[in-house]
Amino acid sequence: MSGVTFAERRAAMGFCLHCWTTLLLLAFLVWASFAYLSLDLSRLFSAESGRGMLQFVLRFFPPDTSAEFLRKIAKGTLETLAISAIGTLLAAGAGLLLALPAAGRLGSVLKAVTRFLLNALRSVPELVWAALMVLAAGLGPFAGTLALALHTAGVLGRLFAESLENTPPEPARSLAESGAAPALAFLYGTLPAITPQLIAYSLYRWEMNIRMATVLGFVGAGGLGQMLYYELSLLHEAQASSVIIAMLALVVLVDAASAWVRRRQMRPGG
Amino acid sequence: MASSLQQPRLRDPDALRRAGWALLALLALWPLLLIAEFRPAELFDARNLAVMGGFLGQFFPPNLSGDFLAFVLKATMETLAMATAGTALAMLLAVPLGLVLTHSLSVSRIGPAPDRGAGEALRALARMTLLLLRGIPELVWALLLVRAFGLGPAAGVLAIALTYGGMLGKVYAEILESGDTRPARALLESGSGRLMAFFYGLLPGAGQELASYTIYRWECAVRASVIMGFVGAGGLGQLMDQSMKMLNGGEVSTILIVFLLLVLLADALSVFLRKLLA
Amino acid sequence: MSFELDRVGLVHANGQAQGQRALRAVSIAAARGERLAIIGPSGAGKTSLLRILASSIRPTEGRVSVLGSHPWQLGGSELRRLRSRIGFIHQAPPIPPRQRAITAVIAGRLGQWPWWKSALSLIYPADIAGPRDQLARLDLADRLFDRCDRLSGGQLQRVGVARVLYQRPDLLLADEPVSAMDPALADLTVSQLHAEAQSRGVTLVASLHAVDIALRWFPRVIGLRAGEVVFDLPPEKVSESVLRELYASETGVLPSQDNQPFNPPVGAHPADDAPAGGARKPVAPPRVI
Repeated sequence: MSGVTFAERRAAMGFCLHCWTTLLLLAFLVWASFAYLSLDLSRLFSAESGRGMLQFVLRFFPPDTSAEFLRKIAKGTLETLAISAIGTLLAAGAGLLLALPAAGRLGSVLKAVTRFLLNALRSVPELVWAALMVLAAGLGPFAGTLALALHTAGVLGRLFAESLENTPPEPARSLAESGAAPALAFLYGTLPAITPQLIAYSLYRWEMNIRMATVLGFVGAGGLGQMLYYELSLLHEAQASSVIIAMLALVVLVDAASAWVRRRQMRPGG
Repeated sequence: MASSLQQPRLRDPDALRRAGWALLALLALWPLLLIAEFRPAELFDARNLAVMGGFLGQFFPPNLSGDFLAFVLKATMETLAMATAGTALAMLLAVPLGLVLTHSLSVSRIGPAPDRGAGEALRALARMTLLLLRGIPELVWALLLVRAFGLGPAAGVLAIALTYGGMLGKVYAEILESGDTRPARALLESGSGRLMAFFYGLLPGAGQELASYTIYRWECAVRASVIMGFVGAGGLGQLMDQSMKMLNGGEVSTILIVFLLLVLLADALSVFLRKLLA
Repeated sequence: MSFELDRVGLVHANGQAQGQRALRAVSIAAARGERLAIIGPSGAGKTSLLRILASSIRPTEGRVSVLGSHPWQLGGSELRRLRSRIGFIHQAPPIPPRQRAITAVIAGRLGQWPWWKSALSLIYPADIAGPRDQLARLDLADRLFDRCDRLSGGQLQRVGVARVLYQRPDLLLADEPVSAMDPALADLTVSQLHAEAQSRGVTLVASLHAVDIALRWFPRVIGLRAGEVVFDLPPEKVSESVLRELYASETGVLPSQDNQPFNPPVGAHPADDAPAGGARKPVAPPRVI
């Protein structure tokens, strides 16, 4: 059993040089972020702030479960659902209209323009749209609906355009060659093929939009979010915690419902 | 007896069904439109139009004055710092929770030992915690934390840490279970501790996927940090909120442009890093 | 008493084979330092038997006693300590592909080292000479720092064996440890397992597909078929008829390491010492690893 040579020791190092430099760089960036924000974590997690946090959290219990407030919550939930539903519906319509030029069906200039437009719509977050829409349409759920419609139109428009591009053109082409007008050839030839995908995308976005709709109210766009913001500004913690529980319940229910639907679809013959 | 073969049906069998569904959809749509206060006419209300028009009119040209750009730069750095610090804290939360949750490090699954119940209970607790952290939207966390810690990026960092901690924890556990778990199991069966079984048995195989998802989450955190600013958590979002409240279209358009560029940059960086890992 | 199985039975609890009976009323005992080979057709339950001995699976019936303890009556940390004294060589080594051979071998002592030593070894191995020497015994020292996905099947199997040798267990269990090796390397590996068991006086139990290796190296051969022990004999008593009865449903050809039909020797065949000049030369040229 001889000793270990120097060459063996050098080869034994488990991390190569650029692994070390990457790790050190990342660690430095994380430290720099904390330093830049002057975040004194030790103060944050001190006993004093812990006590303050505990007192703050305790003010939220018990939640307000009076019949009158529960009615308000029910109304808020319906509002949130309505915002998400109408918003997604509008977005699907607008998205389909924009998808046609975006897929290149109406020329390459229009394609570039629409693609840019769809990207712009997508890149602005829903909340920013909501703040802008409150300026345009006033406080309330209408602003939220418009915000979701605008953002989601960008998302769905791009997804629809991709579906259009990936669908075989033969059915529409053969109809056009036998004399059908282009619009009709599209309606009879292409649309039936992509409709299942369009519906799937739209339902998926609707599910995500329900989550979004709950928070759009923070800038005044209606639904449970507006209620929460309102109650918190008045320091009504008990009411606020009821709204939060309602939000949580809504999200959990929607998750469960969509999982159930997906399971049914996957079953053979379903 | 006159059979249906002799008398061809002249009515579309689907017609009634389709009409029924259409009616149902309309009946459901009407109250929804009412509840959503869908009044397109309001968009063209004179007062709203004036406000909006004036606001939009100021969009061009965007405010590119030196002073303002300095503000915007500072806010951008703040946003990036928030996203990075928040994701780092989220990992701190997610790694232990994910390790506790994942089945592939469960000793009690290798033949029932007397203290099996404790392990299962701990895993259930971890799952509940992660669910709670994820289920509450990050903006709600941000709002609550602003009330608790005051305005500023601290609330945003913690809000990202909590929500993304929940998301990362769940995905980490799933990634660890979906790969090859035999190495870790073999180490557990030969008496290794759980943490070492993770480092020697799971990490070599799953490390790349874990890192890739974390980088993706960092990119999402950049966007989330901007949004949290709207409830007072600092960064570009707070700046934009202030400018909007003052109806300063020029400033808002500058910030929007910077935001779009930032998101593009973060996206490119994330794609680059993840390709580097592969 | 190294281990004792008393009417042990096992019914698979989950997975593809759920509900199927793997073992039925198996009773085997072994003293410290014994060397046993387990042979039998595929699906006989060899792996299940070894895993019960390793305290990895709990039997559905019967009692198990390993290294002086009843594993399923121990608490968590005691069970862990017991398991760290048992070494298990898997047929397909459970090693992450990207791991280096040295780290894979060092993992053998994870159950014994303090946590800081194990953690440090991820970055720089706390012991280089030890794994190197174990790999050298199996003619693999030159691959010490290579990644395991660059090794062939037979080399990877030897890394798995080296890990268990490095562990220095009190009970050595091997589940078809040489299935991917050519006859020469298989001989080397089994001779090393044999040497380890003899020099440290520990018990060795190996399940083998190749009958020739079992008869050549082990003084006690157990035949397993459909989950039951069919015989428990010294190799000289294992005659051709006994073997044909064991492998009855197979193609009629008895398996051997070089894939040539195995012809059991007619007369007595001592297996206590390493075969001297009488080593079987492989009929086919050795497979290049």
